[in-house]
Amino acid sequence: MQKYSIFNLVKNALSNHENWDLAWKDPTPKEEYDVVIIGGGGHGLATAYYLAKEHNITKVAIIEKGWIGGGNVGRNTTIIRSNYMHDENALFSEFGMDLWRKMSQDLNYNVMFSPRGIINLAHSDAQMNAYARRGNSMRLNGIDAVLLNREQVKEIIPMADFSENVRFPIFGGLMQPSAGTARHDAVAWGYARQADSMGVDIIQNCEVTGFDVTAGKINGIRTSRGNIKTKKVGLCVAGSTNILAEKLNMTLPIETHLLQACVSEPVKPILDRVVTFGAGHFYISQSDKGEMVMGGDLDGYNSYSQRGNLPTLQHVLTEGIAMMPFLSKLKMLRTWGGIMDMSMDGSPIIDKTHIDGLYLNCGWCYGGFKATPASGWTFAHTIAQDRVHELNAGFSLNRFSTGHLIDEKGLGTKTWIS
Amino acid sequence: MLHIKCPHCGMRSQNEFSYGGDASIKRPKLNKEISNEEWDNFVYNRKSLRGKHLELWQHLSGCRQWIKVERDTATHEIFNTYRADEEIS
Repeated sequence: MQKYSIFNLVKNALSNHENWDLAWKDPTPKEEYDVVIIGGGGHGLATAYYLAKEHNITKVAIIEKGWIGGGNVGRNTTIIRSNYMHDENALFSEFGMDLWRKMSQDLNYNVMFSPRGIINLAHSDAQMNAYARRGNSMRLNGIDAVLLNREQVKEIIPMADFSENVRFPIFGGLMQPSAGTARHDAVAWGYARQADSMGVDIIQNCEVTGFDVTAGKINGIRTSRGNIKTKKVGLCVAGSTNILAEKLNMTLPIETHLLQACVSEPVKPILDRVVTFGAGHFYISQSDKGEMVMGGDLDGYNSYSQRGNLPTLQHVLTEGIAMMPFLSKLKMLRTWGGIMDMSMDGSPIIDKTHIDGLYLNCGWCYGGFKATPASGWTFAHTIAQDRVHELNAGFSLNRFSTGHLIDEKGLGTKTWIS
Repeated sequence: MLHIKCPHCGMRSQNEFSYGGDASIKRPKLNKEISNEEWDNFVYNRKSLRGKHLELWQHLSGCRQWIKVERDTATHEIFNTYRADEEIS
């Protein structure tokens, strides 16, 4: 594989950049693979990469219905954080933070990781107490957390509304300084390029139409480009999880919902952190191009449309303007939606299933992007060793029937009430 | 924006309604032994498929009645709406 470096850049500049290698090939599916990953999103690509890198399993195919970078990995708001209270989420995400810090070097691809810090705003004394508790839990797990008072928040984000007579005055906030953002496309492309270079077949425009399961064991999959034999299949398809689960006669604690995001016209640098509104569901950061990147609530009802509905967008932006009134002056540049695999407790599932050789990775809700490396790493371990790693042991499929929910935000079973 | 025909009030905008999830889920019968699996299916497990979906909505800012709506989860086309107590074949 051609290394990306300043020397190669100069060398290729001399030939008008016409001689770069393709970042990944476009192979036809082989008859058999050791592992087939369904879904060429961030998590699927990362899984294939860590299967090759950590477990030396390179006879791997990634089956993607669309194209690399066209799903949720290219539709998120690029936020990376580990500000969780519960051990399962906190330790898993903090393990991921380490992978994020090393990612550009590891993949030889600049993912533009920018640890600019995230601030969750608090709008009442009770919320400050809750944040103090969460911050303490984070610090006990080795995650950086700083509780900020109103004056400290004002120093960092003076453009927020600090007037006295607002409906939701800012009391303070919880900050994770090491959180941040990264360029989401680069993450997908970087993983794809490295996985491909280690022998993984990335097969795009290939839809999975069925599974060959005999005597409780997986033997292969059927696709729009022919049948593929394999003993191990990893499902990594986010919002399409229920569609594939139905083909396996499985009903999962997952509902598919639409989540919107939007960006404003680009403006000069004003916001150098990620900020979330504490009295609703709204988050904002500024991209390197200057656009304000914003998102918030689900559309609120089961949806596969990948297109948003205006009432939700209006609701979300109302919160944004309440928090930062200058936003009302900006023009909207783009809005879009992605379909989310909403789990019933708001936490993910990375586990084996009752079918031998079938592994499940789903339930990422609002937080799939930041989990990309840790999800790929633990899922690869689960598939390669046929047992869960201690980092994803809590993300079991049967926790719903045994009562071991990881109810981070208290959303309970109603994923659409948030 | 969705427009939902409330069987009691007529056509109204989505803003007047709140969502209540899959309407085909049945609570396990009372006064009988209920397995963990049955509870699991009732409380957590959902088919949530692409296409026709029968779901509950409440006309919260209207008559406050719960209703059933048959809607396509990909196109958002609404085929029919029913009263909550209507049996649907």
